[in-house]
Amino acid sequence: MSSLTSALPPAEGMGPRVARWGLYLILLLFAAYYLLPLVVMLSTSFKSLDEIRTGSLLSLPRDISTDAWIYAWTRACIGADCRGMAPYFMNSLVIVIPAVIISTLFGALNGYALTKWRFRGANVVFAMILFGSFLPSQVMLLPMAQTLGFLGLAGSAGGLILVHVVYGLAFTTLFFRNYYVSIPDDLVKAATIDGAGFFQIFTKIMVPLSLPIMVVTIIWQFTQIWNDFLFGASFAAGGAQPVTVALNNLVNTTTGVKQYNVDMAAAMIAGLPTLVVYALAGKYFIRGLTAGSVKG
Amino acid sequence: MTLQTPSYKAAAISAQNNQTQTEAPPARSNFGELVQRHLSKLVVAPSFAAILVFVYGFILWTVYISFTNSRMLPSYELVGMDAYTKLWKIERWYVAIENLLIFGGLFIGVSLAIGIVLAVMLDQRIRGEGVLRTIYLYPMALSFIVTGTAWKWILNPSIGIQEFVRDLGFPTFTFDWIVQQDTAIYTLVIAAVWQSSGFVMALFLAALRGVDQEIIKAAYLDGASLPRIYWGIVLPSVRPVFMSAFVILAHLAVKSYDLVVALTGGGPGYASDLPATFMYEMTFRRNQISIGSASAMMMLATVVAIIVPYLYSELKGGKRV
Repeated sequence: MSSLTSALPPAEGMGPRVARWGLYLILLLFAAYYLLPLVVMLSTSFKSLDEIRTGSLLSLPRDISTDAWIYAWTRACIGADCRGMAPYFMNSLVIVIPAVIISTLFGALNGYALTKWRFRGANVVFAMILFGSFLPSQVMLLPMAQTLGFLGLAGSAGGLILVHVVYGLAFTTLFFRNYYVSIPDDLVKAATIDGAGFFQIFTKIMVPLSLPIMVVTIIWQFTQIWNDFLFGASFAAGGAQPVTVALNNLVNTTTGVKQYNVDMAAAMIAGLPTLVVYALAGKYFIRGLTAGSVKG
Repeated sequence: MTLQTPSYKAAAISAQNNQTQTEAPPARSNFGELVQRHLSKLVVAPSFAAILVFVYGFILWTVYISFTNSRMLPSYELVGMDAYTKLWKIERWYVAIENLLIFGGLFIGVSLAIGIVLAVMLDQRIRGEGVLRTIYLYPMALSFIVTGTAWKWILNPSIGIQEFVRDLGFPTFTFDWIVQQDTAIYTLVIAAVWQSSGFVMALFLAALRGVDQEIIKAAYLDGASLPRIYWGIVLPSVRPVFMSAFVILAHLAVKSYDLVVALTGGGPGYASDLPATFMYEMTFRRNQISIGSASAMMMLATVVAIIVPYLYSELKGGKRV
């Protein structure tokens, strides 16, 4: 902790300067710790199996080979299905895109209704919607599986869309509610006096003001749903599995020679969409993280 | 003159308009607002109904199942507390509970420690702070099924760190926690801390930035050393963040599932089982639905015991302000 002495006024002399170097060194070591799995994944995915056998964990690939990526994408076997990760990647897209759109839309409407058209019991309704998100999904898994069966949605993408929409509502509602609270009520009042109705005010006034929180919500929902494993593993069957479940099956298959480079390439494929979103819009993702956490 | 008349007229018309407008709305808005207020309820209703059924209804459903003798398929014949007494006789459940205590304790403790230290260090006008923050936080954006693939490899003694260090010229170096019954649970801690400590850092960094700089300057001028300032003034003043971070981490610990599946699969044997994997195993693999439901209820009770006092104190705090 002594390395912090240089925080206030610029320090002079050798001691503090050494401390400052120490501080940077520690921070960089931590950066290395966080980056390690990603580096291992990336570099291994570009190696040939021979190179993996002869090289070491941290060595960079000598000849960059994209074979493992192509194999993982088009031919790797997930169970008995040897079509690679591509169809499962598509499954995830088919689940994620509608689920994100629907849950965001409902979240925006709920947030708007709960702040600008407060009805009696609005707080209780909001508290109950929110409280559900704290509870472990395990308590809902079995009834959900049964219900999806009754609805004829068992094992399908539609079933997972429904699940993700319902369990995403707490967060999307929370995000929009907290955002709309800070928009002056007078704006809505003025619009009502001008004769605008509930939906008109929503589409003409609230939505145009909502861009930042919409980005936060969409990124949050996208990341959560894309990364989901528990619901996918519980409710999706065979060909309808999302990419995370397919990856887990691929990695845990023990038949034949273990192709670590293919495993790593498949993992990168499954992780790439959220990683890209994070790289491009990390600020919004972090905002979602902290917004979600402040309230729980 | 010619200009004056229309403008005068316009003013008159607008005054008239204003009058009709201010008169009309109350009449319409009483009725209109009534409709609008119901509209508001109608809009929230589908979401609320869905949550009522899919969250609260399902919880009751699980409670009910936990009092039946359901095995492969849910049965609705009540048999009392059987599932609970059976659950508490299964050795594997005790392993899962003990593991949760070890895992949860270490995970929360180490994540808090690393998170706070990193936040304090990053708060020292660090060049490249943004880049470092981005690096520290990216694990939260990835599924553990993805990063677990890498961790599994790194921790695998025959190809990972152990082999790497042995190749460096330490042929007796051993790091095989993941394949040992009594240490596998610690590998889960390593990976879980890796994933969440950056997030704790972000929470604390945001709080540190909110601390009044004047107090710190004053203490500094009084001759307090920087560690003392942090320990004595800054950290106590961000106490609420400790609470939130603790609750979030505890919550993550109880729910941990992907982590175990990706890293150890609960193994070797069931040595690294956690309640979440135990529940899944019983419910979907071993045809012990009622026992699985009973274990889910135990998880629910644990989470509620953590969350409710926290929310209660938050709400009380909110009223006080």
